[in-house]
Amino acid sequence: MKDRGIYGLMAEFETVDAAVIAARKTYGAGYRKLDAYSPFPVEELSEAIGFHKNGVALICLIGGLLGCTGAYTLQWWINTISYPVNIGGRPFHSWPSFIIVTFEMTILFSGLSAVFGMLALNGLPMPYHPVFNVPRFEFASRDRFFIVIFSSDKNYDAVRTRQFLEGLGATSVAEVPS
Amino acid sequence: MAKATEVEVGEQKAPVIAPGHTFATITDKIASIVLRRPITNGWLFGLAICFLILQWFTYAVCLLFYKGVGIWGVNIPVGWGFAIVNFVWWIGIGHAGTLISAILLLLRQSWRNSINRFAEAMTLFAVACAGMFPIFHLGRPWLFYWLFPYPNTMTYWPNFRSPLVWDVFAVTTYLTISLVFWFIGLIPDLASMRDQTTNKAVKFTYGLLAMGWRNSVRHWNRYETAYLLLGGLATPLVLSVHTVVSFDFSVGIVPGWHTTIFPPYFVAGAIYSGFAMVLVLAIPIRKFYDIEDFITQRHIENSAMVMLATGWIVAYGYAFEAFMNWYGGDPYETFLRWNRLHGPYAGYYYGLLFTNLIVPQVLWIRKIRTNPVWLFLISLDVLVGMWLERFIIVVVSLSRDFLNSSFGMYYPTRYDWAIFMGTLGFFAACIFLFLRVLPAVSISELKTLLPESQSTVEHETEVHS
Repeated sequence: MKDRGIYGLMAEFETVDAAVIAARKTYGAGYRKLDAYSPFPVEELSEAIGFHKNGVALICLIGGLLGCTGAYTLQWWINTISYPVNIGGRPFHSWPSFIIVTFEMTILFSGLSAVFGMLALNGLPMPYHPVFNVPRFEFASRDRFFIVIFSSDKNYDAVRTRQFLEGLGATSVAEVPS
Repeated sequence: MAKATEVEVGEQKAPVIAPGHTFATITDKIASIVLRRPITNGWLFGLAICFLILQWFTYAVCLLFYKGVGIWGVNIPVGWGFAIVNFVWWIGIGHAGTLISAILLLLRQSWRNSINRFAEAMTLFAVACAGMFPIFHLGRPWLFYWLFPYPNTMTYWPNFRSPLVWDVFAVTTYLTISLVFWFIGLIPDLASMRDQTTNKAVKFTYGLLAMGWRNSVRHWNRYETAYLLLGGLATPLVLSVHTVVSFDFSVGIVPGWHTTIFPPYFVAGAIYSGFAMVLVLAIPIRKFYDIEDFITQRHIENSAMVMLATGWIVAYGYAFEAFMNWYGGDPYETFLRWNRLHGPYAGYYYGLLFTNLIVPQVLWIRKIRTNPVWLFLISLDVLVGMWLERFIIVVVSLSRDFLNSSFGMYYPTRYDWAIFMGTLGFFAACIFLFLRVLPAVSISELKTLLPESQSTVEHETEVHS
């Protein structure tokens, strides 16, 4: 599929610090369509490429609220409207006994929302991605750090961008075929 | 508060990760256990034994489904026999895994990073064992879905005022959240395994499971948020699960059950037995799989100290139970106290006091606390003790409640034993398989324990455009 064009340029770095400095310089040079890769979470690296906030917490909150109100409403509806059972004249809407199921469903829905929300925002599952075409990229899960500038960036230029990345102290720069 | 990276430790404490490791050696060492280590005879032998026990279990369960719960020793008055004892015991064991993965995550106890993976696996398998018992206990296990609220032609709904229904919701939520927590933690490591292997089929399988994880920092950012949120959600969840389990008892009016101390006392007991199981698994695993660099003396000692602390909370529970029996002045509660100490099951009660209270006190001695063999034996002792505790709560209270005319004895049958032992076999077989197919220690989380994982770049160097 190499004839389909170039997805971007990939630069490899050996240490966290080298990658963070390079990422800041890349962002500072005006590149906006870029991504960085690291074998473990590095907060500074995502900050450096201008990725500060994510929507996972909001999705989790919405899921939790839905679970909470849904579970309580269901119990209220069952016990007062659909299936009221008179036990010695006790109230149908006996809210203290509904708290536990409401709590558990809040946790369940917010937990699943956080997980599936995270996967959805990350666009996973995604079995194929152009970055996997670079053989060195398998080190991204091991001990190397990568920065990719996508060819869709308005400042992207096959020659100048490559020179720029090489100037950042990358141990190697490779074209990512798409 | 402790700093996130506690690589620098005092002279007394063993390090959380042995010196000399780099990102690459961590990846190699953990991945090679699964990818390159040959299948040993010891592993095959262990799995074979567990598999045999599992067949025994399958036989007993088939017979149970065919003939009904009559093959068990349960009777009236003791309608809750081994099934409930084992259910509570197993679910308690699971709690240590969530404690390690969620509560210690929130408390920034970074030493947890090397034991959380297999502790979570332990949780999953223990909850799976626990979940089987209430279903077996139903009598008509194929109708278990009646427990869930769904529109049906019988126009009936579950009774949401019953602790047994609360239990269904608590345990299924716990199982689901434990499963996703464990799986989410595995995704980056599955990607590592995919990148480490050269075998096409293995690469494909791990690749499929990793869902195309490519270590992008954007993904990591969202991942960290989701992981932290799950930790925050699993913390109240784990405390609620054993609380709800204790409601199964304390909402009832049976002497010895109807007490408000049950929820905290059950939760502490759960963590107590759970850490015992963590040690029973960790001590042989680190030895046979040669990962003493990652599961160090520090982890072993910390777990022993958690056990000692929770053991004292449990002891406090016993003491207060006895005090309230006396202080409450209720004749049935007074009788329960007498019955525990002098009744037909008194031997079990003394056994419980010995195994759960007296023996673990040797953990105060540092030499014993840091000796793997001793610690292994003490952990087994605690597991037995906690099982006895559940036996006493369930059986002693039920066998002699209010009326002398309805007193009775409970004798477990061989099918009770077969199913209990069978779940032990099931649990151990799952652990054996887990060790061979998945990374038993979290690769990506372990890397964050190395000092070179921390960026030292000052914020001032930021280049403004």
